Amino acid sequence: MIELDGVEKTFSVRIKRGRLRRERREVRAVDGISFRVEPGELVGYVGPNGAGKSTTVKMLTGILVPSGGRISVAGLDPSRRRIQLARRIGVVFGQRVQLWWDLPLRDSFELLRHIYRVPYDRWRANLDRFSEVLELEPFLATPVRQLSLGQRMRGELTAAMLHDPEILFLDEPTIGLDVVAKVRVREFLADVNRERGVTVLLTTHDLADIERLCSRLLIIDHGRVIYDGTIERLIERYGEERTLVVDLEEPAPPLELDGARVVRIEGPRQWLRFRRDEVTAARLTAAVAERAPLVDLTVEEPDIEDVVRRIYAEGAVTKR
Amino acid sequence: MLGIYRRLIGARIRSQLQYRLSFWLNLIGTALLTFLDFAAILVLFHQVDALGGWTVAEVGVLYGISCVAFALADMIFGHLDQLPEMIRMGDFDQVLVRPLGSLLQVISADFALRRLGKLIQGSIVLAVALAHADVAWTVGRAAMLVVAILAACVIFAGIWIALSTIVFWLVDSHEAVNAFTYGGNFLTQYPVNIFGSWLRRLVIYLIPLAFTAYFPALYVLDKADPLGFPRALQFLSPVVAAATCLAGWALWRNAVRRYRSVGS
Repeated sequence: MIELDGVEKTFSVRIKRGRLRRERREVRAVDGISFRVEPGELVGYVGPNGAGKSTTVKMLTGILVPSGGRISVAGLDPSRRRIQLARRIGVVFGQRVQLWWDLPLRDSFELLRHIYRVPYDRWRANLDRFSEVLELEPFLATPVRQLSLGQRMRGELTAAMLHDPEILFLDEPTIGLDVVAKVRVREFLADVNRERGVTVLLTTHDLADIERLCSRLLIIDHGRVIYDGTIERLIERYGEERTLVVDLEEPAPPLELDGARVVRIEGPRQWLRFRRDEVTAARLTAAVAERAPLVDLTVEEPDIEDVVRRIYAEGAVTKR
Repeated sequence: MLGIYRRLIGARIRSQLQYRLSFWLNLIGTALLTFLDFAAILVLFHQVDALGGWTVAEVGVLYGISCVAFALADMIFGHLDQLPEMIRMGDFDQVLVRPLGSLLQVISADFALRRLGKLIQGSIVLAVALAHADVAWTVGRAAMLVVAILAACVIFAGIWIALSTIVFWLVDSHEAVNAFTYGGNFLTQYPVNIFGSWLRRLVIYLIPLAFTAYFPALYVLDKADPLGFPRALQFLSPVVAAATCLAGWALWRNAVRRYRSVGS
């Protein structure tokens, strides 16, 4: 469905050096990315700011022309077949408005029907379905500029889906939304993926989006793919460090133990990080009990946030 | 394509008509303000009887053709001047993910109804000037007048499209382009033969503004060309219009492929 082969994008920027001298420098926003997405997949595309996520999405949707490599989306070259492709994909940019600012939501949908030439019955059925799922009815007649961010995002999602796209691209669809709105967006995406078989690729900074939604995760940094696989495998692979949280009877200096280090202390509570292949939780607990009276303990598994933060920090180059 | 253009523009017009008083004030204000251009010509003729062999009525015809054509072009293509803003804010991204031509979407993103003011003002000046210029009307001359206005409109549009593509290279080109646009219109309101030779060459050969009003007006008024160009040039406006438009379109296509978007 989506295929990238050695895709690159370089921008030349001018940097001021002195009063008149400007230096041209090439910046590689995307530096040789290759991956495939099969029909019906729901893929999360994450990476720190400036990693090249948005640039990739813009190349996949035909907004930017790649500097090198080959892209195929739904069998089309996005930048050369922009208009044809536009009919077959849906695009949502979390930070942009694609609805008409001073038109009521309903009128925006009506215009989109004509722009995408959606047959009336199909359009009506889609609109009814999405209004029900996303509860649009109360503000269908409200001009877009008066909608709350959460309402507007529900409108944007509907707008992107009215023409039955095969692929949905979303760039930060949950940015700035409150928890309830986020959940609603996620449910909607899971729903269109499952029931309509829409292939979904989304970028996000909120890893909860990924955990709840995505079967597959692509992490990029400095314009390169640094991880491609399931979330379980990511945690298994990079999350070998677990944390033992111990509550001592009274505050104590950091415990010194073989195979574990203290990462945090709060009064009598200490967090000990250890690698599962070096020491077992049982052995570590016994060692702690020898040093100080123990009241309570828990073992924390690494969460995806930790893992991804670590990958960003280390810039792990291990691919796959 | 025309259908969807009508729909997009219709939506814009409806939203502008919601503020009726503001619409009328704008309309009248624009008509009066743009009339100042012609007032300057009248002041000039207070001092002289003819300008490079053109009487005040004849210059009025020249002005009228230019003004009506410019106002039409401005109504349809005027939104091009928002392109730098669209690019800076990243709104051009949206344009590129819709299944419509990018140029069509940019020009239909808004419709400044108040620019009707200039159209009305120009039409009045043109009508009055034609009445005073004692034109020997023939079918050919009447047809030429209509063709000239349409061709001039297309020439203006072609030039704007070409100029607006500068923004794909330089993001802050707004003022530069405006200077050309409005300066260009100003030039076409005067007989080309009163200009210095370099400016004359510029508007005949490079940026074909002489074909918007000057050459067709010579034909309508049955005037001998003070510059002595062949009469054939007076019929060339439609060809020049087509060429200008094609050049603008080619530049536009090329420029869009260079679009860099903005970070988000």
